[in-house]
Amino acid sequence: MRYLPLTDSDRGEMLAKVGAGSIDDLFVDVPPEARLAGPIQGLPLHQSEMAVERHMRRLSKKNLAAADAPFFCGAGAYRHHVPATVDHIIQRGEFLTAYTPYQPEIAQGTLQMLFEFQTQVARLYGCAVANASMYDGSTACWEAVAMAGRVTRRNRVVLSGALHPHYAEVVRTMAKFTDDEIADALPAMQAVPDNAGLIARIDDRTSCVVVQYPDILGRIPDLAEIAEAAHAAGALLIAVNTEPVALGAIKSPGELGADIVVGEGQSIGVGLQFGGPYLGLFAVRDARHVRQMPGRLCGETQDAEGKRGFVLTLSTREQHIRREKATSNICTNSGLCALAFSVHMTLLGEEGLRRLAAVNHALAQKAAERLAKVPGVSVLNDTFFNEFTLRLGTDARAVVRALADKGILAGVSLGRLYPHADALADGLLVAVTETTGEDDIETLAAALEEVLA
Amino acid sequence: MARYFTDEHEWIDVDGDVATVGITDYAQGQLGDIVFVELPQPGTQVEKGRDAAVVESVKAASDVYAPITGEVTEGNEALEGDPALVNTAPESDGWFFKMTIANQAELEGLMDAAAYQSFCDSL
Repeated sequence: MRYLPLTDSDRGEMLAKVGAGSIDDLFVDVPPEARLAGPIQGLPLHQSEMAVERHMRRLSKKNLAAADAPFFCGAGAYRHHVPATVDHIIQRGEFLTAYTPYQPEIAQGTLQMLFEFQTQVARLYGCAVANASMYDGSTACWEAVAMAGRVTRRNRVVLSGALHPHYAEVVRTMAKFTDDEIADALPAMQAVPDNAGLIARIDDRTSCVVVQYPDILGRIPDLAEIAEAAHAAGALLIAVNTEPVALGAIKSPGELGADIVVGEGQSIGVGLQFGGPYLGLFAVRDARHVRQMPGRLCGETQDAEGKRGFVLTLSTREQHIRREKATSNICTNSGLCALAFSVHMTLLGEEGLRRLAAVNHALAQKAAERLAKVPGVSVLNDTFFNEFTLRLGTDARAVVRALADKGILAGVSLGRLYPHADALADGLLVAVTETTGEDDIETLAAALEEVLA
Repeated sequence: MARYFTDEHEWIDVDGDVATVGITDYAQGQLGDIVFVELPQPGTQVEKGRDAAVVESVKAASDVYAPITGEVTEGNEALEGDPALVNTAPESDGWFFKMTIANQAELEGLMDAAAYQSFCDSL
C-alpha cells in the first residue's frame, strides 16, 4: 500500500497558507552554496533490492573497520570488548522496547534497571545522585553548564583548553541561545595540564569551570586543586569524563571535589557504532542540587503493601510538568544504551572494572614505551590512562593518512581536532585498550618508523 | 498592619515599608501536599505580576507572583527543611518572602479579605 495522503493541491493550499511559493522556499534560510541545485548526480532513480544490496556491499568494502586493522583511535570514543551476553540481554522483548517509562504499574523492570544504572553511575563518579542518562557526553556537558548557571546565578563559563573540542563546540552552540559567556582556550602542548593558567581565568562572575578528566591529550589533571580554586570563587567544578573505564584506576571526580560530573558512557557496553547512538552520564556530588538537575530520575519507594518499588521521581523539574520553566528540554534518555551499560557493568563488577582498567593501562604503557623508541617520536604526557599524545615532529595528519594506506588506524591527529592550530599539528592521540594486541603495537611502531624515515 | 490578596491567590501583609508575601489557604488546598518551595534570593528585584517563587506539590509546580514591585529582603528559611508548613500554616508561619514596597499605590488595586473571600466563592 502506498501511503501518500497529500495531493498536489493539498500541498499548494498549505504553501499558500504560509506564504511560500514552493517546497524549496521553505529552505531559503539554508545558504545557497550548501543546498543541492538539482538531483544527486549518478544516483539512479530506482534499483532492485538485490542490486542495491550488492552495491552497498561493494561500497562497505572500501571501509577500513576498527576490527579489521591495528586500531588506535580514541579521542572520546573507545573500542572495547562488549561481551555477547550484553547483546543477548538487551534484545529481550521486555527491554528492547524500553521507552520512557511513565507508568510504574507496568514498567517495574525498566524502572528497576534505570535505578540500578543510576546507582552504578553515581558510584563510578563518586556522586550522590545520577540521572537516568542523557543523549551523549557532549550534550550532558552542556546540560551541566546550564545547571551551574541555575545554581550559581552567574553566566561566565570557563572551559579548560584540554576539554574535547567537540564538547566545547556543543557548549558554544547552545550558548548562542542563552546569555552565557564562554571563555575557552587551546590545549597547551606540555607534559602536565596547565592548571595555573586555568585557575587564573576564574573570576567572581564564573558559574563553572569545565575540566576533562583524563583530558583530551590523555593527561590526568589535578582536579582537587581546580575544585578548591573554583569553590573559593563561588563557582562549580564540572568534571567531564570520556573514558569511564579510566575510573577503575583513578580516583572518581566526585571524590576530588567536582560538583557536577558528566561524561560519555559508550566505552561500557556500547560499541563504536559509527559515532552513535551513545550514552550521556550525568551526576551531582551534593544531593541538595538534585532539583536543578536535568533529565529523568528514577527513585525507589514502597507500594501500598510496603513492598519495594520504583517510580520516576522529582518530575516537577521536567518539561511535561514545568513547561518552559523546566530545568532542561531533554524529555527522554538513552534507555537502551543505558541498559547495555548497566548489563556490562554488572557483568564486570567492581573487581572486573578494576582489572579491565589495569589491563588497559598496562598495554598503553607498553605502547608508549615502544613508540617512544621510534626515531623522532616522543611521548608528551607525564600521566595517562589508556590514551596518550605522541609528538611526531611533522604534521600528524599526513602520517595518519600514510599509515591508513598501510592498513593501520594509528590514532586521531590533533590536526583533525584543531585544524587551524599549527602548534598542535604534530600531535597524535593514541588509544590502547584490551582489544589491542601486542602485535598491533609492534606493527604500528614498525610502520611509523618507515613512514617517518 | 493591613493584609491584601491577589487574584493569583497570594496574600501580602504590609507593615510600614515592609511587606510579607505568602500563598492563601485556598491555594494550598488546591495544590495539595507541598514538597518544595524555591524562594528568591535576598536582593532580587521583583515586579508586580511577574514570577518570584516556585511552589511544588505532589501534583504540580506553580509560580508564585509578586503582588507588588520591590526588592526581596528575606526568604523564609524554615520552608527549606519543612515545605509542608505551607499546608499547615499558609497564612502565618508558611510565608514565602519579605520585600520592600517600591510604590504604595500598587496596593490599592489588591483585594481585602472580604473581597478575596467572595472572589474564591465565585470560583
